[in-house]
Amino acid sequence: MDRIAFLLATGLARGLVIALFALSLVIIWRAARIVNFAQAAMAVVAVFVAFAVTALTDSFWLGLVAALVAGAVVGYAVERWLIRLVPARTPLPGMIVAIGLVMVLQAGIGIAFGPQHRPMAAPFSEQPFTVGGVPVLSPYDLFVLLVALGVVGGLALLFNGTTLGLQMRASAMAPEVSRLLGVRVPRMVTLGWMLSAAVASLAVLLLVPTELGLNAHSGDVLFVHAFTVAVLGGLDSPVGALVGGIVVGVLISLVTGFLGAGLAPIAVLALLTLVLLVRPGGIFAVKEARTA
Amino acid sequence: MTTPAQRRRAVLVRSAVCTLLAVGATFVLDSYANYQLATIAAIFCATAGLTLLVGLTGQLSLGHAVLMAAGGYGYALTAAPLADAGVEGVLRILGGLLGALLLAGAVGGLLGLAGARLRGPYLAGLTLALVIALPAISTQVPALGGAQGVGVPFEGVPDALGGVVSIEQWHAWVAVLVAALAVTPLALVRSGRSGLRMRAVHDDETAARLAGISPARVKTGAFVAGALAAGLGGGVLAVVTQNVSPGAYDLAFSLLLLVAVVVGGLGSIGGAAVGAVLVVLLPWLIDTAVAAVGLPSELEQRLSGNVAVLVFGALLIAVTVVWPGGLSHALGDRIRSLTTRFRPSRTVPQQLTER
Repeated sequence: MDRIAFLLATGLARGLVIALFALSLVIIWRAARIVNFAQAAMAVVAVFVAFAVTALTDSFWLGLVAALVAGAVVGYAVERWLIRLVPARTPLPGMIVAIGLVMVLQAGIGIAFGPQHRPMAAPFSEQPFTVGGVPVLSPYDLFVLLVALGVVGGLALLFNGTTLGLQMRASAMAPEVSRLLGVRVPRMVTLGWMLSAAVASLAVLLLVPTELGLNAHSGDVLFVHAFTVAVLGGLDSPVGALVGGIVVGVLISLVTGFLGAGLAPIAVLALLTLVLLVRPGGIFAVKEARTA
Repeated sequence: MTTPAQRRRAVLVRSAVCTLLAVGATFVLDSYANYQLATIAAIFCATAGLTLLVGLTGQLSLGHAVLMAAGGYGYALTAAPLADAGVEGVLRILGGLLGALLLAGAVGGLLGLAGARLRGPYLAGLTLALVIALPAISTQVPALGGAQGVGVPFEGVPDALGGVVSIEQWHAWVAVLVAALAVTPLALVRSGRSGLRMRAVHDDETAARLAGISPARVKTGAFVAGALAAGLGGGVLAVVTQNVSPGAYDLAFSLLLLVAVVVGGLGSIGGAAVGAVLVVLLPWLIDTAVAAVGLPSELEQRLSGNVAVLVFGALLIAVTVVWPGGLSHALGDRIRSLTTRFRPSRTVPQQLTER
């Protein structure tokens, strides 16, 4: 029983980081109707900037701000100078360019910083509180929980409660009509990229202190998990991403705890396959176009 | 205008000429170059299938390395019992390749069934998850031998050829012949009726369905055809390297296969061959060049491997943005414009539909 409570709590903490990254995939899907395969590599670049800032100023909080800003800058640069050049009639060229970007960024980081993992300290203790003799969440996990909830709330407010959010959703759904109605569609797409990359950088920054450390491939597995979550929850739904993230986090934690760490990637693959076979577009997906 | 029979004959002649040229080249090349030729042939099997899959049906698979791995494991798991039973030489290779075909075909069939239901990013994500899970799968299934992988019985030069050809040359022959067997059917599919169906499904699924084509069947078929060829490639690689391990078939290798088909030109078999040559020779050339410069060892360690990935990533982006047809189209158009310049013009029939 104690074991289950501990595994559930660990799964919750891990799932929140995955959910946060999945949220960034949801944002970019809502803003531009694409799945960005380079999201993890872009976020890792921003986290390297944050790492440098933290090392210089000795402050985690300045590093966090730096990660957000650097993430937004990377998102801006990639959208403006790369994605705009790609023909957008089918999703295939965009995906291929994103994969090329992953290779360039990861190789670039590898050349600049080498293959070793750079450890990063968490701003709060990672020692879990004990409730009734059972170790549950640590202060750091609580911090991650608050950040994730804050981001979800903020995004819900942005997308559903502000004119800017309405314009972003409109330019993703019907670019031509939005343009006729006076929405600056390219600017909205750029904003979506910046927002999404910033949230992804935040997720990777929160993940790194709980893992081995920072290197070029720190975000790879997180991306696969978050993709699974985004598919599970539907690429259109922030709440779905949050719930899906917790489900996947708890699943990984339970499988690791009871069956061994080796089975966790297979469990994620099985879950993804199952969801995609039952609902090929994700569980909460809206049908995009009619087919014969 | 060409008839289907003429096109078929042209494909067969072309593949026979290429095979003979490659076999002839093994006599000129030294042993390491022969080893590289064998690797290129093995990778060509996979890229030829992938180029059909991505270029003709528009299904992006990031997990083609897993299909090659399935072929390699299929080979190893069949060849080892055959070796215990005393079967030797060409017969054992053929038996192993049959195992490679069966396992890769089964995995490819399952993926194809999934692929028929999924659109672009979802299929790419699923195959990505599969590549990431491959090391875990190989650890969990005892027969696959975990991270060390499985050994493959050594294939020596047959007695009839002993003293005439070296061992690397013999392996290169096996690889080239298997590549010919794997790629020729794909080339026939591409130029034939099935290729037309694939293009139709890619261009407009609804229109294809109205014309009586089943997109699900076409997509699954393309996946299985690509998987069988990739499986043969994996089997050949197992013969050449005498080992199959998950480390050799990681995400980086999968992406390398994608680079090969995109840079060569999506949908073009010749492009797949050019791409296969590129992904084998370019990293080797870069590493040789880096080693020749004589940098400090720490820097050299960082550069080795990474520079090639950097170049490949940049190529992937540049080709997609600047040259969407890839090298084969860019060069092919040049050559075609040269040949038409010196050829007497014929009266062109009014065929608006022929592209």
